[in-house]
Amino acid sequence: MTTEAQTNPAHAKIDAELNSSDVVLFMKGTPQFPMCGFSGQVVQILDYLGVPYKGVNVLDADDIRQGIKDYSNWPTIPQLYVKREFIGGCDITREMFQSGELLELMKSKGIPVRDLTS
Amino acid sequence: MPMAAADIEQMIKEALPDATVEIKDLAGDGDHYAATVVSESFRGKSRVQQHQIVYAALKGKMGGVLHALALTTSAPH
Repeated sequence: MTTEAQTNPAHAKIDAELNSSDVVLFMKGTPQFPMCGFSGQVVQILDYLGVPYKGVNVLDADDIRQGIKDYSNWPTIPQLYVKREFIGGCDITREMFQSGELLELMKSKGIPVRDLTS
Repeated sequence: MPMAAADIEQMIKEALPDATVEIKDLAGDGDHYAATVVSESFRGKSRVQQHQIVYAALKGKMGGVLHALALTTSAPH
């Protein structure tokens, strides 16, 4: 736990989320019902890749909604984390998906993906 | 209050004088933009770092008045 997490309770909650799942998506809405088009795009990409992930709805928690922006030094939602590493927001995730880098990243980190060759 | 495309471009160019900035108004409503920014200062940096440089140039407007700015960044080819 970092000093930051000790002084900011939201950061402690975020740390707990990142420790609980390999792939965590901080988003508006839920994977079943995204409440914003950008969050919905990342959900579609992760579902297409068949990646297991945890969606954290920032609309349910004001402290996390602001806290994740400070935590990542990133001003917008959604935010994708893989094994505690911040990958990016919607634009970066989409760009990496289209270039095949996202699939490679998941594989290199040992995250199970759907067999896309069949 | 939404931002004008010219203001977004100017803020980015103030921080990154060498940058080529192209802004598209996606919905024609002055509120949903796509920006492509090419700058030598992005070379060797990750995508996350490149976007953070642009966000810093926008001085806190990203995520606030600018809630919908799709961003593509790269170093010159």
